[in-house]
Amino acid sequence: MSTRLATGGRLLNKSKTVSFRFNGKSMTGFEGDTLASALLANDQMLVGRSFKYHRPRGVVAAGPEEPNGLVNLGRDGRVEPNARVTTTELFEDLQAESQNHWPSLDFDVGAINQHLARFLPAGFYYKMFIHPRPLWKHVYEPIIRHSAGLGKAPKQRDEDTYEHFYAFCDVLVVGGGVAGLEAARTAALTGARVIVMEQYAHWGGRTPVDGGEINGAPAQDWIDATLAELGGMDNVTLRNRTMGAGVYDHGYVLGYERLTDHAPEKAGPRHRLWRVRARHVITATGALERPLSFAGNDIPGVMLAASIRDYVVNWGVSTGDRTVVVTNNDDAYLTAIALKHAGLDVPAILDARVLPEDSDLMAQAKALGIRVLMGHAVSSVKGAKRVTGVSICSQAGEGSVLEEISCDAVAMSGGWSPVVHLWSHCGGKLRWDTANACFSPHPDHPPTGADGAQFVTTAGTATGMFQLDDVLNDAFAAADGVTRALGMKLPRDATPPKGERREDAPLAPVWLMPQGASVKLREKAWLDYQNDVKVSDVRLAAQEGFVSVEHAKRYTTLGMATDQGKLSNINGLAVLAGALGEDIPAVGTTTFRPPYHPISMGAIAGEARGDVFQPLRRSPMHDWHEGNGAQWEPVGHWRRPYAYKRADESTHDAVMREVTNTREKLGMLDASTLGKIVVKGPDAGRFLDMLYTNMMSTLKPGKCRYGLMCNDNGFLIDDGVVARIDDDTWLCHTTTGGADTIHAHMEEWLQTEWWDWQVYVANVTEQYAQIAVVGPNARAALERLGGMDVSKDALGFMEWADGTLGGFNVRIYRISFSGELSYEIAVDASHGQALWDALLAVGADLGAMPYGTEALHILRAEKGFIMIGDETDGTVIPQDLGLHWALSKKKEDYMGKRAQQRAHMADPDRWKLVGLETVDGTVLPDGAYAVGEGTNDNGQRTMIGRVTSSYHSPTLDKGIAMGLVLHGPDRMGETLDFPGTDGKTYQAKIVDPVFYDKEGTKQNV
Amino acid sequence: MLIVSCPCCGVTAEETEFHAHGEAHIVRHTVGSTDQDMETYLFMRKNTKGVHFERWRHQYGCGKWFHMARDTMTLEVFGTYPAQTLAPPEDLLVQIDAKRPGWRKST
Repeated sequence: MSTRLATGGRLLNKSKTVSFRFNGKSMTGFEGDTLASALLANDQMLVGRSFKYHRPRGVVAAGPEEPNGLVNLGRDGRVEPNARVTTTELFEDLQAESQNHWPSLDFDVGAINQHLARFLPAGFYYKMFIHPRPLWKHVYEPIIRHSAGLGKAPKQRDEDTYEHFYAFCDVLVVGGGVAGLEAARTAALTGARVIVMEQYAHWGGRTPVDGGEINGAPAQDWIDATLAELGGMDNVTLRNRTMGAGVYDHGYVLGYERLTDHAPEKAGPRHRLWRVRARHVITATGALERPLSFAGNDIPGVMLAASIRDYVVNWGVSTGDRTVVVTNNDDAYLTAIALKHAGLDVPAILDARVLPEDSDLMAQAKALGIRVLMGHAVSSVKGAKRVTGVSICSQAGEGSVLEEISCDAVAMSGGWSPVVHLWSHCGGKLRWDTANACFSPHPDHPPTGADGAQFVTTAGTATGMFQLDDVLNDAFAAADGVTRALGMKLPRDATPPKGERREDAPLAPVWLMPQGASVKLREKAWLDYQNDVKVSDVRLAAQEGFVSVEHAKRYTTLGMATDQGKLSNINGLAVLAGALGEDIPAVGTTTFRPPYHPISMGAIAGEARGDVFQPLRRSPMHDWHEGNGAQWEPVGHWRRPYAYKRADESTHDAVMREVTNTREKLGMLDASTLGKIVVKGPDAGRFLDMLYTNMMSTLKPGKCRYGLMCNDNGFLIDDGVVARIDDDTWLCHTTTGGADTIHAHMEEWLQTEWWDWQVYVANVTEQYAQIAVVGPNARAALERLGGMDVSKDALGFMEWADGTLGGFNVRIYRISFSGELSYEIAVDASHGQALWDALLAVGADLGAMPYGTEALHILRAEKGFIMIGDETDGTVIPQDLGLHWALSKKKEDYMGKRAQQRAHMADPDRWKLVGLETVDGTVLPDGAYAVGEGTNDNGQRTMIGRVTSSYHSPTLDKGIAMGLVLHGPDRMGETLDFPGTDGKTYQAKIVDPVFYDKEGTKQNV
Repeated sequence: MLIVSCPCCGVTAEETEFHAHGEAHIVRHTVGSTDQDMETYLFMRKNTKGVHFERWRHQYGCGKWFHMARDTMTLEVFGTYPAQTLAPPEDLLVQIDAKRPGWRKST
């Protein structure tokens, strides 16, 4: 039984009872409990099922290294899967559900897998489900997906809010144990700006549990005094419940602060992501205890020795009445002693070591009457959902049982591994510490920053110090060294506090228990509890040739669970090293990647969700469109009306109406989003001649010219109408999505290649509203506004003029992307809506009606005009589109000219632009491929072309399309097959891409 | 995330304020160049392990292009300099010599 003790529990407020529910069952705990300590206090040892075999799983640890206790927390809009019971603080009305079991935690059908374990070794899924191929998609994958998986993804929107917080400091200390506090205190004494992050609610780390005096008094006194001192310093920021999640390049650190997880009723954001730039980072992250690998070490009730101690001292919880301690080091004796002091029974300490004489702690344990068996080990643990006893054996043997001891908990300790994660995130190297059998930071290979200097330093246990006096001295020295390097100075009289020293006997590395364990025992010796990886699996991987630690990890899934191998990695790679007959440092570790411990997706997103996820660009007439049935289409960051739907029609009907109205009467398009870039200077003409494929320097002021722009690879990147304003000024129109990139493209070439040319460019897209007035009645509408002569003679096709139209200062371009009589009127953005309103008013009886982007597309397609992004995709050159007329032959050079001469570009077999007309008048599927005779090397039908744009034309009342086709222009009249994704094959005839008004009589009136 | 200093406006800021654009000092080949030169210009890049000269733009700042000398392994920044040059400044090369002796042979 695990239960609450009558005394103890230094973190509890026993005057305040807290009720919560686990799997629907009501339980109570105290303020200060974690969910784990509260569950154990309610004798709920079983908390989950393992991933592969669905083995019963109990709490193993007391901190973020916990591999088993994962629950779904909360309900409705506040659900968190995979919440760790050990890092979840208890609050009133907490709701938790255990995971990965069906139908219930106590009785799980999937547990049958554990009896099949012999047939489910490492790599089983890879080997079993690879053949026959089709079964994977339709049979294996759906079944595996159903049976696997831990937490359930929330179904509702997250009701909580999150925020990002930017901070800067000289020294960031990660870890608020005694080393972190001492490092912070020392650094702060120099005047440095210091931030300290502590992942728990409480400060001081393990020391108050483990004991030891500082300056001759209990450690807690020094912790309290130091916290008070730091709290009173203006240059120090203390954040508890804040985990240092990751260290990144050049001193960038992410901290994960949990503001309301422990108190959901509190207002404000739930999590805060600290984005810190620190000049130096001190990691005082302590160490994690390692399990021991023996048969049955995964049975609920087998726990880390120090965690059992934590539950007794911190939360007054006994994990069992009779606890057998099994260890290879002195530290676990503290657990035996703590249990004895709490009045609990410790039937035996099984110490794998054989030592010449007793250490202090061993003598203390013996004095308490505890039976200490040296050179002994666990042969196997008895029990299923709870430990009932252990059979013991000699560590040196193969597991012959010497004796059985009945117990209900096992405290194991395989030694300690410094938490080197943050040191390693940014390139810090490790070295093997033989004395303590662990990897520790290599002081000669630290992470380095922008200036090439070290920017992370470890302090205390994270350095590999395991004695209180060493820890404090190391923390002091670390902070002294770091601040010195930053040019700050400690007061002369500053000294580290004096920590107590305990003379411990040396640890003996134990990677398997007993050392000669039989296959049968190895198959029950777990390394990774969450992912069910055992000693036998790692050995099998080595045997099958997965000799690299990175490969063995992926093959066995060791350390790939949500705990990222905090408990399992060192043991696993030691077993791998053993199987390969190599030293542990030669095998090395897997890569440590941030975050140290999972952080919420909400914290990563911060405020960037919903409306503020991405800024929206609105044209000056945006609100009018919104109020008049606009169906929005995202174009870059803009929203453009796709069509203006009326109450009694479908979107398709609206598009057809808009096209017909524009062809027959008067259409109005909001063209404000199209890019407008001013290019000015004595060398502007020369510059534009390099940028455009055709000649822009010869354009006369007052005239417009359509131009194509290629990159130096020869591919078409943008198009638009260029107007010459005066001798040294041009205005370049770009596509809506291209304005920013083309502006940047111009800047790039001006700054990095032709920097001696005298040219300025300015992106004035948002300075103007631009309205296209299109259709046979366009001129009449403008004449009604009055003020400018817009007749054919005064303002001819491809000309522009400045003037006053209906009282507005405007520039009118007579250009057409529809084939109709068309004026594009530019006005200051602030007057856009007023001009729009005025045009609608004077045009009311002329049939004035707005049209959207889909009508625009159909109008241009009927005329065979290309659209960047439809007819082009980054691999298309002007020659493919029959645009030879726009490629200057007079110019010596322009961007893309030389590239277009390369063999593949000049290949006559490049697909070329044609018009496509369906045989039965239906619409070709956009993007469909034309197939020819035969098959390619992959056995697929030979492809000879594809559809680039496809619409129903209301003007011609049939399906029209454009496409790129092999030898297309030479195959006029041929019919091609286009298989659709709907199983039908569409047939279309190759025709001229200009479907309507080939002579251009309508626009030139 | 790197910290970058713009040599044009003098601002030192987070990498997110800038944009990296690959190898610097690439010679533009055009009309009259051989196919081989065009291939080198358009496609061949060094992919250096160690000292690397690269193009950056202060995208969300002054908008200027500049060059940066950086170690691709350690991410140490040796210096930034204006883009209006055909080769890295000599004093920067000397600085790099001091920090990475023999680097010129490997590039």
